[in-house]
Amino acid sequence: MDQITFILDVMVPAFESGLLMTLALVAVTAPIGLLIGIGVACGRVYGGKGLSWLMQLYAIFFRGCPLLLLLFILYFGLPSIGIVFTPFVASVLGFIFCNSAYNSEYIRGSIISIKEGQLIAAKALGMTRNQAIINIVLPQALRRSIPGISNEFIYLIKYSSLAYMITVIELTGASKLIATKYFAYNETFFAVALVYLALVTITTFGASALEKKFAIPG
Amino acid sequence: MTEEKYILRVENIKKAFGTNQVLQGVSVNVRKGETVCFIGPSGTGKSTLLRCINQLTIPDSGKIFLNDEEVTHAGPRINYFRQKIGMVFQNFFLFDHLTAVRNVEIALLKVKKLPPKEAREKALYELRQVGMADWADHYPAELSGGQAQRVSIARALAMDPEIMLFDEPTSALDPELTREVLEVMKKLALQGMTMLVVTHEMGFACSVANKICFMEHGHIKEEGSPAELLNNPEFERCKAFIGEFREYSQ
Ligand SMILES: Nc1ncnc2c1ncn2[C@@H]1O[C@H](COP(=O)(O)OP(=O)(O)OP(=O)(O)O)[C@@H](O)[C@H]1O
Ligand SMILES: [Mg+2]
Repeated sequence: MDQITFILDVMVPAFESGLLMTLALVAVTAPIGLLIGIGVACGRVYGGKGLSWLMQLYAIFFRGCPLLLLLFILYFGLPSIGIVFTPFVASVLGFIFCNSAYNSEYIRGSIISIKEGQLIAAKALGMTRNQAIINIVLPQALRRSIPGISNEFIYLIKYSSLAYMITVIELTGASKLIATKYFAYNETFFAVALVYLALVTITTFGASALEKKFAIPG
Repeated sequence: MTEEKYILRVENIKKAFGTNQVLQGVSVNVRKGETVCFIGPSGTGKSTLLRCINQLTIPDSGKIFLNDEEVTHAGPRINYFRQKIGMVFQNFFLFDHLTAVRNVEIALLKVKKLPPKEAREKALYELRQVGMADWADHYPAELSGGQAQRVSIARALAMDPEIMLFDEPTSALDPELTREVLEVMKKLALQGMTMLVVTHEMGFACSVANKICFMEHGHIKEEGSPAELLNNPEFERCKAFIGEFREYSQ
């Protein structure tokens, strides 16, 4: 088999299905991870003692736990106590825990960087605390979090390859299969690295476009 | 209880921050359409008093009534009272991520739940009132201090408040910009708005206020009409304080 046929007949179809799986993992994780991250951050800043403490525990635990270990627990460990996830669901859960924990840190930092006067002025107009947080504080805090959140998104693209360790055949898994089968490690892994690089590059440009779009004039 | 009809009654308000007794029992009554100015040295509790009136700071004791309805201990109904009590801050506190017109309309949309079209019309009307209609689509960072303060006045007025609280509205502004803001406030007073103004602008206080309260150490030490207070202050500290301002303004 020559190089061209290998690339066209083996690599491209394998990468295509692997890439779709990687994108699915990322597409499901990212929005949920962001929403939970916002919730955890708000809980830490605005919650009472109990809630704030609980949310801090969440952030500490899921930032501290090695992701691969987390995936093993979710996929191999939990069935022994009767909780069974498909490989895809276990992966997404692990990623969401990790992604949201890190996002919550970025967002919390942005929230406390917003001057207190913004909240005071909103309250003085008769907004409830929740209205003030949702309409005044979060729109500003999230803008400031865009660099951190997109950084986290880039990590997510790359660590989504860990799903392979619990049998999800995503991009890295797919490449590993054909590399072994055709004994073509160098070309396959190099090619797959380029695909990741392309994804990350697109994300980087997307993030800076987003930052520009939401920049506050003046 | 009261024979005269007051729009705002502040009764024996006390407030301490830790061991710092900032307000030591302040009472003041305001009639509809009156302008009451508060003057006095720094740290005597003028801002704290205004913040107690709309409960941004919760007083330790004492009562506040707006139109004979109790504002203190209002629970969630405080958000109703805050719409009736407009507030303008020294540092404007405009919402940084919103244009001038969005600053004015956001509470109309979210608090008063006006339909978008109506909210926009009302917001533009209020901006016109303060001479800022041409700046409707500019962000706070693109405005001068005087312009920003006028937008923040429009934002408060849009809620149709019954009284307005001003906490040193011109202290962050240079004389030129101070003048444009004071003009707006003067117009407002002439239109019959009830106003409580913490200020160091003695010129404004003398020409607009119905009553001036001199505050010191958490008390109102002296109060009266501008003529009573400025021409003949019996209270020594007040005299000295006003004297200092006279010197500055000369
Ligand atoms: N949130 C707070 N926590 C603790 N202390 C406070 C707080 N707010 C005000 N104080 C203190 O209360 C005192 C009175 O403050 P306040 O701002 O009411 O004075 P002021 O008369 O408005 O002074 P200025 O002319 O400087 O604005 C000050 O000693 C201040 O440090
Ligand atoms: Mg003050």
